[in-house]
Amino acid sequence: MCLGVPGKILTLEPNPVGMTMGKVSFGGAAKEVCLAYVPEAQVGDYVLVHAGFALNTLDEAEAMEVFELLKEMGEIDQ
Amino acid sequence: MRFIDEYRNEADARKFLTAIGRLVTRDWTIMEICGGQTHTLIKSGIDRLLPPQITLVHGPGCPVCVTPLELIDRAIVIAQRPEVIFTSFGDMLRVPGSPQQTFEVSQTSKVSRGAQDLLSVKARGGDVRMVYSPLDAVKLAQAHPDQQVVFFAVGFETTAPGNAMAVWQARQLGLTNFSILCSHVLVPPAMAAILGAPGNQVQGFLAAGHVCTVMGTWEYEPLAETYRTPIVVTGFEPLDLLQGIYMTVKALEEGRWGVENQYTRAVTRAGNRPAQKLLAEVFEVSDRQWRGIGPIPASGYRLRPAYAAFDAEQRFGVAGVTAQESPLCIAGQILQGLKKPHECRAFGLQCTPEHPLGAPMVSSEGACAAYFSYGRT
Repeated sequence: MCLGVPGKILTLEPNPVGMTMGKVSFGGAAKEVCLAYVPEAQVGDYVLVHAGFALNTLDEAEAMEVFELLKEMGEIDQ
Repeated sequence: MRFIDEYRNEADARKFLTAIGRLVTRDWTIMEICGGQTHTLIKSGIDRLLPPQITLVHGPGCPVCVTPLELIDRAIVIAQRPEVIFTSFGDMLRVPGSPQQTFEVSQTSKVSRGAQDLLSVKARGGDVRMVYSPLDAVKLAQAHPDQQVVFFAVGFETTAPGNAMAVWQARQLGLTNFSILCSHVLVPPAMAAILGAPGNQVQGFLAAGHVCTVMGTWEYEPLAETYRTPIVVTGFEPLDLLQGIYMTVKALEEGRWGVENQYTRAVTRAGNRPAQKLLAEVFEVSDRQWRGIGPIPASGYRLRPAYAAFDAEQRFGVAGVTAQESPLCIAGQILQGLKKPHECRAFGLQCTPEHPLGAPMVSSEGACAAYFSYGRT
């Protein structure tokens, strides 16, 4: 159900039917992905891809939250 | 790989485990909804490393597992037709259909189900193809105008936007040879059914992050309120799950309930609006049978009347095909979290990934496959 993989947008190809496609890199392996559900995404952004569709852009700042919490927990230890 | 590797750091995992150990003062039972979460927990050994007071119960978040057996049988019937190219994600190809049976498709037509699963239909010459995206199936329909292309649309809310887009695209292109066999299920009604069941032991939930990427988290708020249950939306990497468990245990220990979001890098409260818009255009909510659990009202999607032409069950007239479950398989109890896979007497003996009796042993998100692959015998 939930295999979503983060990848980096390499190219964007808007198309006449309104179904924007693009090339997304997964650690070097590039695949064709439908970007229609992430209309605000730009080249260089990271998106979460499931079954050939980008479902969301990944927020870099929020991504650090896990490690912020770990740091806080570490500080409480000391 | 960015956004993956850093969430697998062992030292950080141990910090979370220590913190959880310090928080816990009594027993708690937590259910993770999604098979993807189950797999990470078992594969990383988190289930064995958590303090003994915490019991993890595996939820029904495996769409392959909850797809009714008659849909598998109907898929097999459709796939045997010479004009059909049957497409599907990999897992569905290996779910066994009903044991040897003859289906009566109509008064004059009987189809003998000699095949065990879709892969064996392929082995006997049927055109069955694995695809990674429903858009691949649409491309096949464009490339083969004389063939009927059918896509087995199985999934939770994560997969539904892609399937909606495929159907929408097929309509834009005016395709008359594309259809989907639809088995879409929704998470919140399943959670409500679990929470509302008499004798429910589950006190907190780890909700499925990628479902929530699409649908948002707001749907879970009434559930959390009604049942006074903490629901924490998590990602799928070890650190995500550990942080999610930490947040759930903290809420339980402090007597709090409500929805919290661990997976903020990918999930917002509102969810993905463009995806929700197309879902509402193509699908409508319907009652659904959950294999092993039974009917849950308003728990799935079906195509709206405007898109009914793309429904494979109608197109191929397979509504009469009914199923017969294996007497040995206890998948239903596994999916409800009542039994663990190693408590099944067929586990590892008559039932293995090579010759599965039921869906949870087949699916990459099935609890039985996880237990078998990662040595929980």
